[in-house]
Parts: sequence; C-alpha cells; structure tokens
Amino acid sequence: MASTTTTLPPVPPPPASQPRATRRGRRGSPYPSWFYLPAAVIYVGIFLLPTFASFYFSLTRWNFNSSEFIGLDNFVQFFREPALVKGFVNTLVYGVVTSVLKVVLGMALGVLLTSQIIGRGYLRSVVFFPVLVSTIGVGITFTALMNPTRGLINQVIGLVGVTGPGWLTDPQIALLSVALVDVWKGVGLATVIYIAGIVSIPQEYTEAAAVDGATAWQRFRNVTLPLSWPATSTVVTLSLIGGLRSFDLIWAMTRGGPGFTSDVIASVIYKQYQAGFYGLSTAGNVVLFLVVTAVVIPLTRWLAKKEVAL
Amino acid sequence: MRTATRWWAGALAIAASVVVFLVPFAFIVLQAGKDATDASRLSFSWPEQPQFVQNFIEVLEARDYILVIAFINSTILTVVSVAFLVVLGAMVAFVLQRRVTRWTGLINFLVLAGLIVPPAVVPTIWVLQGIGLFGTMPGLILVEVAFGLSFSVLLFRAFISSIPRELDEAAIIDGAGPLRLFFRVIMPLLRSVIVTVVVVQSVAVFNDFANPLYFLPGEQNATVQLTLFNFQSQFNTNFNLLFMNILLITIPPLVMYVFFNRQIVAGMTSGAVKG
Repeated sequence: MASTTTTLPPVPPPPASQPRATRRGRRGSPYPSWFYLPAAVIYVGIFLLPTFASFYFSLTRWNFNSSEFIGLDNFVQFFREPALVKGFVNTLVYGVVTSVLKVVLGMALGVLLTSQIIGRGYLRSVVFFPVLVSTIGVGITFTALMNPTRGLINQVIGLVGVTGPGWLTDPQIALLSVALVDVWKGVGLATVIYIAGIVSIPQEYTEAAAVDGATAWQRFRNVTLPLSWPATSTVVTLSLIGGLRSFDLIWAMTRGGPGFTSDVIASVIYKQYQAGFYGLSTAGNVVLFLVVTAVVIPLTRWLAKKEVAL
Repeated sequence: MRTATRWWAGALAIAASVVVFLVPFAFIVLQAGKDATDASRLSFSWPEQPQFVQNFIEVLEARDYILVIAFINSTILTVVSVAFLVVLGAMVAFVLQRRVTRWTGLINFLVLAGLIVPPAVVPTIWVLQGIGLFGTMPGLILVEVAFGLSFSVLLFRAFISSIPRELDEAAIIDGAGPLRLFFRVIMPLLRSVIVTVVVVQSVAVFNDFANPLYFLPGEQNATVQLTLFNFQSQFNTNFNLLFMNILLITIPPLVMYVFFNRQIVAGMTSGAVKG
C-alpha cells in the first residue's frame, strides 16, 4: 500500500549547463543552421542569384536600368553571326583538345614519374610548377617564344631547315597553339593526380602480372590503366570544365584573333559586354552554361558507370 | 627496372624537362635583364649589358608606381578573400558534415554546382551595382569568396569527416556552445587542411585575371595580373620591363611552392578526387 510519507529519491542538483539550456528555451543544436548564413548570403547573392537572373536577361535587350523582352533573338543572333558561331565551335574544340592531351600526357608522365627512373623528385617539381604561375605571364612568354620570325621555337625549328608556322598569326592554327600552351601549363596537375592514383594501386597486382610473364606494356594496359580509372575520370572532368570555360590564356595571347578565329564563348561574352550588348553577353553565358552542363553531367555519369564495371 | 634503363631513361627525361619546362622560365629571366633594344630581339641569349636592378627599379616606377599599388591591392585581395574562405568554408563544411537534414542533398548539389557552373558575369555586375559595390575592392573580395567557396567547402568537409564526434560530444558536455565548439575545438584540429586551403586559394586568387578584369575596372584599382596585362600594350617596345614584371609576379607563387609543395599538391589532388 502506498505510504503517505514516501520520500522521493534525492534529486541530483541540475548540471551547470541546464540553466543555460533552459534560458535559451529549446536546446539548440551544436551544429546550428545559422552557421550556413554568412556563406549562404554571399553564395546566393553573388553566384546563384546572377546565374538564375542570367536566364531571364538573356531573353532581353538590357542596359542595367531597363530591359526589353525580345525572346530568343539573342540566341538566334548568337548562332547566326559567323564570329559568334566560331566562338561556339572553338570552345568545343579547345575543351576536347586540351582534355585529351592532358589525359594522355598526364598518364604517360604519371607512369614515368612513378617508375624507378633517376631524378623523379626534380621531375615532379618541374612538371608541376607551371600550374602555379600566372596565366597572363605564361601567355606573354609563349607569345614571345611563338613569334613567327624572332621567336625561339621557330628559330630552333629553322636550324633543321624547316620554316616554322605562324603559331599565333595563322588563323588556322592560332587556337591550337593556345591549346598547346594550355596543356604545357596544366599537364602538371593531371600528372600529380595520376601519380596519386597510380601510387594507390596495390603493388601485388603489378607484381603478380610480372610473375605471370607480362611485359611492361601489358602490365600497363591490364593493371595500371584500369585501376587508375578514378584518376582518369577526375582529370577528364576537371580539364573539360576548365577548357570549356577558358578565357585568361586566350585573351592574353590572341584576344580571340586573328580576327575572331580563336574566340571562345568566354571571350565572346567579354567582347559583347565591352560593346555594351549586355543581353547578348548574358545569352553567351547561358550558352556556356548549357554547353558545360550538357557535356560534363552525362560524361560524369558515363565515367562513373565504367568505373563500377571495371 | 634495370639500372641502365633507370639512368638513361632518367637522363632523357631530365633533358626533355629542361627543354620543355625550364627554357621558358630561363627566357623570362634573361629578358628581364636586358636593355630595351636587346630584349626586343626576343632571342634566347645572355644580356649584352645585364641591368637587372635598373629594370627592376624602372618597372616599379612605371606609371607612377602602379606596380607597387597593384602588389598592395593583390595582397589585400588575397589575404582578406582567403580569410573569409577559410572561416566561412569551414563553418559550412562543419555543419554540413555533422548534421544531415533533408536539405543536405540540396546543399551538396549547390556546392558541386559552384565548381561546374560558369559564373554569369554581367548579371553579377548588375547585382554588385545594385548594392553599390561594383568596381570596389570589397565587391571583388565578395566575388572571390563566392566563387571559391565550393572548393573550400569540399576540402574541409572531406577532412572533418575524419574528426571523431566524441570530441564534439566531450566539448558539449563541458558546456561549449556551437561557437566555442567550432573555434576552440574543431578549427585547431583542421590546421593542416587550413594550410592547404590557404595556400591553394592564395595562389588562385593572386593569379586571378578574369574577375578583376570584370569587377575592378579602372586604373587605380589594378591588381598585379591586370597591370601585367596592361603593360603588354604600354611596353610593346620595352620587352625587358614586361618580362621583369612577369618575373616579379612569379616570385610569390614560387615562394609558396618552395615552402608548401606538399600541401599544394595534396590539396589539389584531394580536392580533385571527390570523396
């Protein structure tokens, strides 16, 4: 039967944090949502908002104070004027060329620099350093080296009796010349990514293949290449994104010239902005957005699928 | 690999690397030491009359010391942007990794989008003009922070996942609120990642050309990349000064590389291989 003088068990005094919690009302999480706030304000205001706004303003003739809706006229103009179409085509060419070269050369250098050859440490440093140098500086330097008559490259080629081409003056190859400089500057990053990937392959695989009598090429083809797929995937994606969006190097070396033969979408965006055609410039941005997402998203999916299969 | 192969393959690689990678830098140094007429020949030769110091002084004095102003501007831009990127990026990464809600998927998507989506420049100018920060250093700082947040958040998040939650819980039991937990407990543990983020983002912001070009027009607000670009037209007969400028601009990243080689490489490969 219940006693009327039940004594409750002594209640321990509340721990020191309790008053603080009750003063705050509902106990807050140690991971509060407001931690997102400063970053979110900047990110939404300066990046996301303009990106969404660009879709609207690309459909207008615009000068910051007023906008006049003109539907798809900007896009029609973009794909009709030869200068602008060339920029679109060049962007794809530039992106593909730089990515392919970076993957192939990066992989080759990665394999070379994880082998037993002498001077690996020095080679890794020297190959990677251009990644950190100012793009404008690199552009100016190679513009001088690629000078058709006085530049070092053609001087050296001339020693063998061949006349070097007009690297940046010939409309046919100006874009490709800039692409080569882009690869020179960026292959170091691809190489270190490959080195990280190759180094993570357990040595047992290559050793087992060697014991089974595989040649160096067979070891590469059947062990190294498939198992470094994550690295390949990363290099392809990064190079493609960077290549499609590329602006600095092209602007420093050719300004899109001669004429507009080495224009890419990014330089078109700038030129239209300079000319005051804000709507057209923004349409260029939308085109670039579509190109990058249309290329990169399916590509990432495909690369991920192949990775699972391997 | 046979010893003979190791040696001749190595020698071949070293020789090739010298031609491909070192010759351009040697060219910069040589050009930086010549006088104007010698430099305009663009030949790969020793300066006839070496004048490094004179060129150095001349390039600094050009256009009323614009290069000195540019270095100051670039330093301010880099230091402030990177400070914001570290603190804000770590805050976001911390809560993102520790507290999974129904918004986490969306936030992850938005962060990844920041790496892929090309920024819409003209609308961004429009926004900045709206808040009165277009053409100012604070405006450019906000731009650099906005565009660099994705990479920073990804780097931090990968690392924070390796900090055991028990540490959080111990600090909370001791009465730490979120700010103390973050700044006193978590941030010190992130020291190595912070160094990586600082170094990689500093190089990126210092070398940035397109963003100052769009968002900081005007002579007095120049950054080092902009002044170098503008010198191209001014110095088309003074290649020696132009290349001295390139040499000076290459020094800060070189210093960073000499001291932080490991962190830079680790940061760029780990941030690249998305976990």
